Formats: sequence, structure tokens, C-alpha cells
Amino acid sequence: MARQPYSDIAVAVPVTVPYVRYSVRSAHWWLARALDGLLKQSKLKKSDIDGLTISSFTLAPDTAIGLTQHLGVSPRWLDHIPLGGASGVVALRRAARAVQAGDADIVACLAGDTNHVDTFRLTLANFSQFARDAVYPYGAGGPNASFAVLTAYYMREHGARREDFGKLCVAQRANALKFEHALFKKPLSLDDYLAARPIAEPLHLFDCVMPCAGADAFLVLSKQRARELGVPHCSLLGTIERHNAYPSDPIQMRAGWALDRDELYRQAGAAPADVDFVQTYDDYPVISFMQIEDLGFCGKGEAPQFVRSNTFTHDGSFPLNTSGGQLSVGQAGAAGGFLGTVEAVRQLTGASGARQVKDAALGLVSGFGMINFDRGLGSGAALLSRG
Amino acid sequence: MNALSLLAEKLITGKIRVVDLTQTLSPDFPSISLPPEMGQAWPFRIEEVSRYDERGPAWYWNNFSCGEHTGTHFDAPIHWVSGKDLPNNAVDSIPPERFIGPAFVLDCSEESKKDPDFLLTKPFIENWEKRHGRIAPRSWVLMRTDWSKRTDPVEYQNYDETGQHTPGPDVEAVKFLVNERDVLGFGTESIGTDAGQAYHLRPPYPCHTFMHGAGRYGLQCLTNLDQLPPTGAVVFAPPLKIRQGSGSPLRVLALVETQ
Amino acid sequence: MVEPLQKPKRKNPVLRTRLPTLPPGSRSRVALGLTAAAAQGRFELQQCADCAKVQYPPREACENCLSVRLSWKRQNDAGELLADTTLHHSNDLFFRERLPWRLGLVRLDCGPSVVAHLHADVRRAPARVRVAARLDRAGQAVLVALPLEETPNMADDRQLREFTCDPKFRKVLITDAKTALGQALVKSFAEAKAEIIWAGYAEPWKKFPGFDELRKIPQVTLLPLDVTDSKSVREVAAEIGGKVDILVNNAELHRAYGIANRSGVETARAEMDVNYFGLLRLAQEFGPAMRSRGADGLASAVAWVNVLSIYALANFPPHGTFSASKAAAHSLAQCLRAEMRPAGVRVVNVFPGPIDDEWNQLLLPPKVAPQALARAVLGALSEGIEDVYPGDVAQEWLARWRDNPKALERELST
Repeated sequence: MARQPYSDIAVAVPVTVPYVRYSVRSAHWWLARALDGLLKQSKLKKSDIDGLTISSFTLAPDTAIGLTQHLGVSPRWLDHIPLGGASGVVALRRAARAVQAGDADIVACLAGDTNHVDTFRLTLANFSQFARDAVYPYGAGGPNASFAVLTAYYMREHGARREDFGKLCVAQRANALKFEHALFKKPLSLDDYLAARPIAEPLHLFDCVMPCAGADAFLVLSKQRARELGVPHCSLLGTIERHNAYPSDPIQMRAGWALDRDELYRQAGAAPADVDFVQTYDDYPVISFMQIEDLGFCGKGEAPQFVRSNTFTHDGSFPLNTSGGQLSVGQAGAAGGFLGTVEAVRQLTGASGARQVKDAALGLVSGFGMINFDRGLGSGAALLSRG
Repeated sequence: MNALSLLAEKLITGKIRVVDLTQTLSPDFPSISLPPEMGQAWPFRIEEVSRYDERGPAWYWNNFSCGEHTGTHFDAPIHWVSGKDLPNNAVDSIPPERFIGPAFVLDCSEESKKDPDFLLTKPFIENWEKRHGRIAPRSWVLMRTDWSKRTDPVEYQNYDETGQHTPGPDVEAVKFLVNERDVLGFGTESIGTDAGQAYHLRPPYPCHTFMHGAGRYGLQCLTNLDQLPPTGAVVFAPPLKIRQGSGSPLRVLALVETQ
Repeated sequence: MVEPLQKPKRKNPVLRTRLPTLPPGSRSRVALGLTAAAAQGRFELQQCADCAKVQYPPREACENCLSVRLSWKRQNDAGELLADTTLHHSNDLFFRERLPWRLGLVRLDCGPSVVAHLHADVRRAPARVRVAARLDRAGQAVLVALPLEETPNMADDRQLREFTCDPKFRKVLITDAKTALGQALVKSFAEAKAEIIWAGYAEPWKKFPGFDELRKIPQVTLLPLDVTDSKSVREVAAEIGGKVDILVNNAELHRAYGIANRSGVETARAEMDVNYFGLLRLAQEFGPAMRSRGADGLASAVAWVNVLSIYALANFPPHGTFSASKAAAHSLAQCLRAEMRPAGVRVVNVFPGPIDDEWNQLLLPPKVAPQALARAVLGALSEGIEDVYPGDVAQEWLARWRDNPKALERELST
């Protein structure tokens, strides 16, 4: 059965609670700031929010439901979406269907995590049963190690060079210098990139995302409601989501996007060539390469060549991760999965300031999450349009 | 002045000296060995119960364990099969006056130095009596070998591939002491009252066989015999009062009159 | 190729000794199946009884057909290293102190892809490898990819040594050098290039056969040690306890009696005193220093070996009291294992069948030769095995015991 189109779904009010490297606050604090940001920016009252999604790694022992009491909200629709880097896209499509079905009028999608000095290690050590049993005891390298293996394999199979990954990192840093909340404020040259110390070969320092604390949020509501509120918004055209795609691949070289991308473009009535900018999930550059391939911007294994022939800055060819991506902004836990979504909404509502992509009308946001064992399980993508 | 008052006075003034004939009980002191398939005596072992610590804050004490025949010890007649049916043959039933008696010290130290398998013979005793007088009835006969000066357990035990080599009495000497001198018992410095190779005598282990068979006693692992005169000392050797005990470790003291 | 291990410099006794840390040791219960097999030197993965699919990581249900009939089975250990990395950063203290650290993703020929530690002689991917399950310092199983063929100095690999208890350059105490087994152990450790071998012997006044031969081995120091004497154990521990890297407790008293054919308790008590209390005394006196030296450089304290008996698993009535004392020792060894684990010191329990010695004279062959048993101990240390069942009899009893312990009890009582 054909999927129902998204009719009249608006995404609005992108909020970023400024990231910090370490925070003494709990995840609740960050999520509260995010909700407060949504209300202040939209001029809504707390009671106007009748739907809520929560994404966080560090909320334990609480889940979304506990947070409702903590924040004093009484939503009639609630979803806990601890899907890491896929959280943004998944929250968006869940909320969109809730609004479309009338189960909620205004859904606040929140993602936030704190980062104490030892939080990251604890998160890794207990990330999943498979990780605890079969990955963490092997050097406890965390995602650095997992992506090092994937990167090494990709380089060998597809002839990618360090310079190719470096090119993305350098371009994203240039974008980040125009985003006030990016934690990295210094320009990055390719020489800097190549000279960085090794972390998990072939990955070096600037290939690796930096964990931090922060929160992001947005609202999903009907376009009519958005107009009544007078908030700038964009439209949701299409989404996909897939988990544990291609389980028999011996090593991850593709994810669910490759399986579902035709459906994404079909639903949105668009093609890769129509897309004005892409926000990938970019904790490590190799996964951006896979998204570029799997989402149809080039063939499998052609990303190195594609990278060599594009610039990726907001003002160049193929604008990518226009706020700097996680590699230059920081990875605020599950909020890392929202970074692309809020940036896409800003770009499509003309709110990206100095890094605005000229005439941005169609944006693609992609999510990827949860290295449960040897590979990322979740993938998703959304196409959003101006107005 | 009666005899005991006189004794007390002489002890106080040092005219009578107390010589300790006892080896210190410790796990390091050699213990008797039997063939491994036989029952074994426990060696002396000691375990701390508490020492002013969490096990007992203000006191120090130990538990020790050992066989009846450990360290300097007493052999009762019941120890040997030849004495098993005698009256008053166990440490608890031996009349207490038997634990005190004059000591005749036979110096075999030179002979034992030359020959670790030295056997004390009847002629040796008779020869000794010519110099020191006849051994009185109801006396302890102590065989001085200076074996106790062998502080290295290896030398003390003196094993080789044919077993132990330590001095002791021969068959005729034991029979002579029992039958013709009516001794209280026989004492040695080595680990048995019998010689190390006494298994090969006929009968084997004559000191055990005839002494205990005649209701006499044994003392072994004695020390400081070199501090006793050949005659004139009095030995106190009361074992622990163990019901039907075959022997016991004990403190052996000798009184010696100083000149 | 791995460079041969160089003899470590003498320890500077005024420098601080690094405290032991452990690799991450938390596992789900189902994952302990890997540990159970690795403890005996086997590489096993779960396999579905219904569709035969091999599973990894360990699961509660078949990834393919959802059957819950998953059982641990020996698997083909060959595979292909798909990609590898060398870590220069770790989130864990243990690995942080041992960087750089090499690992990779291996596609096993039997199906699943696994993350594995890499031996230095495994070439950069792609490369054919064999995968072994080894116990790490936390006592949990990990997978290690090794080169297909033996390479020179293979055991000297820095990473592999973290999973093994290789005696090379280590200092060893063998508690009873009087027995044939003790002497075979001394010689085996000498051949394995142990730095110092202390050989204990009780009742020093009884010179034992082989004494002079042992004394000729340059690494050997003979020293009086009686495990029934707390004072003796304490004094020896005070003298050498801070240096012992591997302790092999082979002191044993064995008499062939059941209950009815030996009156009194003295023989049984003597067995307990050596076989059970001896272990307790050694553990109390040597345990603390060994625990503090679990990360003391290249030649750290690494293993504690107990020579138990297959009779520890099920009583062999003709040797009934001996069996009971070994069962007690086995139980205590489990306690010791738990207490040594935080220091990464492995407790290796050896469960031989009857040893070919005077106390098993009347038992029919096959019996374990002391030399073979010594080889099994050394093998266990170099393979990193925790529970060893050397000899055909032990293997058969183990198989029967695993299959049906009650049946074995009945079989042994006839």
C-alpha cells in the first residue's frame, strides 16, 4: 500500500541550547532549556504543547514520561526516541504523523544530553549488550575504533585517501566559523588535518567527533497553525527510516538509505539533482561518504571522486553540513541527531545568516545511529522544502 | 631444717641450679617419621588466635597441635605393644612419684661423634660404673651424645638412603638396665630412645620393647645433658595428664648442686 | 615478525609499583558461554539447533529463525581480517596504559563477523587468520586473531602476553619439589625460560631423590617449605612473596582410602591439612603481594596454579577422603579466583586423572605421567587456559560429568 503523503506538515522554531564541552548539569537541565527556547521563540505557553518527543542518552534513570513531571507538561502524545543519530529524522516523521492524524496539535521534539567528565566512557561501557559483550572489551576505543575499521575498509575498497576525508572536514570547519554555537572557532587547513595526531588508525584527531553537552529542538505542527502563530516554517515532503539493513553484509559499506532512497524521492516528488543542500550525520567523515552514495548523489564507491569535484561550503557546490556538522560543532549526544534537522529548518526559513545557502528551496537531512556492535543500525532521511 | 626447707633455701641462694633439659616446641624442630602408608604423628603446629587485633583486641594467644610424641617428650609403657597390658601404664595412671628421680648420665658424646650408629653396650655401662659407681634403682639413665648440639635439622635427623643414623642402646644394655639395675627409664638426646637403625636389631627397637615391657619410661629429645654431672642430679619429668595417654610433650628439669 | 622478548631490567625497588587495572569485565550472562569455553581453551560460538546458523555476538534467540535452542559449539576458527585499526586512544584505563593497541573486524568462515584483538604477526587486512578465544586479565573471554601459521617468537607478542601467563622471564614458586611431578614442573619451567624457580620441599631433613639434579639447574633455588606449617609458609612468603609471579601449588597428600577401610580421621585430616589448608595458608600469605603486583611490568604476577584432581568433581570412593579434600580445595580455589581477579592474576585449576605415582600404584592405566602433567600446566599458562583436564582419564571423566553428573557418581561407586 502506498504511503500517505505528508499534507500540511510544518517544521518550525529551530532551537539550539549553546553547546559546552563539559557540563555539571544533568540532561534534564538541557532538555528544559530546549523546551524553554521553543516557548520563548514561538511565544507559545507550555500548555499549548500537547505532543512531546524526547531523545537523550543521559537521562537515566528517567525516560520521556518521567520528564513530563519534571518539566510540568501534560502532553496527550508522547514518544521516547533514544535512537542517537537517527533521532532527528525519526522524531520528525513520528511527530508529523501524530499531527496529521490529529493525535497532537503541536509536538515539541527535544534532544539533549549532558557531558560530565566521565559520561562518555560510561555511555560507551553500557551502550548495548552487544557492545558490552563484544566491542568495548576490545580496547575500549568507542566509536573511534568502530569507524576506524569501517574507514580502513572503505579506503582500501574504494581508493579513498586521507585528503578526501580531510576535504570534507576542512569545508565543514569553514561553514562552522559562521555558526555562533559551533565549539570549534579556529580555521582548519588541510595541512592541519593531515598533521593531526593519530587516534585510531587511519583516523586522526579531526576525523573524530568531540563529545559535548547541548540540546536542540524544533516544533512540528500544521502549516495552518504555524501561520496563525506567525512562526517561519518549512514543509515536510518525505521521509524514510530503516533499522538493521543488510544484516548479512560482512562489514558495513552501506546503510538503509540505499534500500529506501527511491521511496524518499518518490514521496517528495523530487530527485537528488533538485536538492540544494544536504545535512548528513557526520560523526566521522566516512559515514558522510556513504550517505552521499546511498542517497543517490553518486554511485557506490564514487564518493571520493565526488568529493574531489565539489566544495561543500555553504556558498559552493553541494553545500553540506552548513552549520559545520558535528565534526566542527560538537556531538551533544542524541542532540547530534538533531543538528542537521534544526540547521535545515534554518536554511529553509532564511535564518542561517552568514552561512545561508543562496535560494535554498529543498534540503535533505540524513540520520544514522547506534553502533550496537560492528555497524550503525539506524538510518533515516527527510526532504524538507521552503515555505 | 627439714629436707624441703633446705632444698628451697639452696634453690634461692643458687646452691642448687635448675637445668632445663627441654627443647623449645616449634614447627622447626624435627618430628618423627614413619613409613608414609602408616599412621603419622602430628608435628608441632601453632596458629595465632589473636594478637591485640580484630580477633581479640587486648590479648595474644595461640592454638597449638601436636602428637603425644613431639619435641622433648615422655613415653609411657602403654606406648609399646609390650607394655599394653601393664597396670598404671598410661601417663594419667603412672604414680606421680615416678616422675622424679636421680639421674645417671652416661657420656657417649665422643663415641657418637665418631659413629652416629653408636650402640651403648652392657660392657660400656659396666665400665662407666667402675668410674662413677653403680646405677641406683629407680633412677633415670640418660645417654649423653651431644646430639642436641646438632641444631641443623638435617644433621639432627641424619637420614641417608638407608634411613636414620642416630645412637642408642643395644639389646643387652637395655636388658641389663631393666633387669639388673631396675631403672625408672631411659633418656636420649635424639628423636628416639632407640638407635636410628634399631629396626635391624633383634628384637627391633629393644629400648621400647624391654623398657615399656617392664613398665619403665622413656624420655627423648633431651638437651643440655652436658650440663649434668655423671651422678647426683635429680630429674623432674611429669608428662601431661592425658587420659590413657601414651606419652606427652613435657618440660624436663634437672636439679644440680653447685660446688 | 614479533621481536623476541628481551629480559626485563631488574626492578628498581624504590620506584612505585604500578597498580593493576583490568580491561572491561562486564558481560551479559549469555556471553559467559564464550568465557566458559575459553576457560578450557576451546573456541565455541552459539549455534542454532534448528537452522544451524552460527551466532555472534552471543544472543538469546537465533538471529535467523528465532529459535531459542542455541548451544555453544566448537566452530571453525578460520576467517578473513576485513579491516584493522591501531588505537592510540582508549576510554579505559587498562588499555590506556597499553597503547597502541591493535584490533580488527574478522569475517569468520562459519558466518559472523567479529571484533578481535590482533596478534602483531597478523598482516594488515585483508589477511587470513585464525581466531582463538582467550581469557583476558579480567577473566572474561575475548577473541584474538592469530596468524594462520606459527611464527617465530609468537608467544612474545606484547598484546598476546596480556592474555597468557607465559613463564618466560617470570619468577616461579613450585611448592613441592619432592615429588616426580614437582621435579617435572621445575624442569619444564626451566625450559620455558623462567627467570627464577623456587622449589619448596617439606621435612628438609629427608633428602629426596632428585635433589642434587634440581640443584644443578641454574635458575633453581631449593628452599624448605611445608604447607602444613603456617610459620613456614609465612616465612617463605616474607622472603620471596614480593617476587613470585607464578605460584604452582602441587603440594599434595594422597592416601588411597575410603571411609570404611581406614579407621579414624587422622589420614583424612592430614590430607585436608595439605590439600585444603595448605592452599589456604599459601593464599593468605602469598595472595596479597601477588595481588599488588598484577601490573608490575613485563614480568608481573600473573598466575596461580592449583594441582587438584579430577576426583574433585566426583568422589572416587577407593580414594574417598582424598577426593573430598580435593573437592574442598577446588571450592577454595574458586574463592581464590574471585579474590585474585581484581588484580588480573589468573587462578588455573588443573584436574588430572590419576598420576603415575606410588599412590596410584594399583590403578590400571592410563595414568598421567608427571612429565605430561607438567607439560599440561605449562601449556595452560601459555594458552591462557583456566581449567585444565590433562590426560585421557580426566578428559573422559569430564565428558561424563558434563553429560550427567549423577550417572558418573553411580559409575564411580561400582
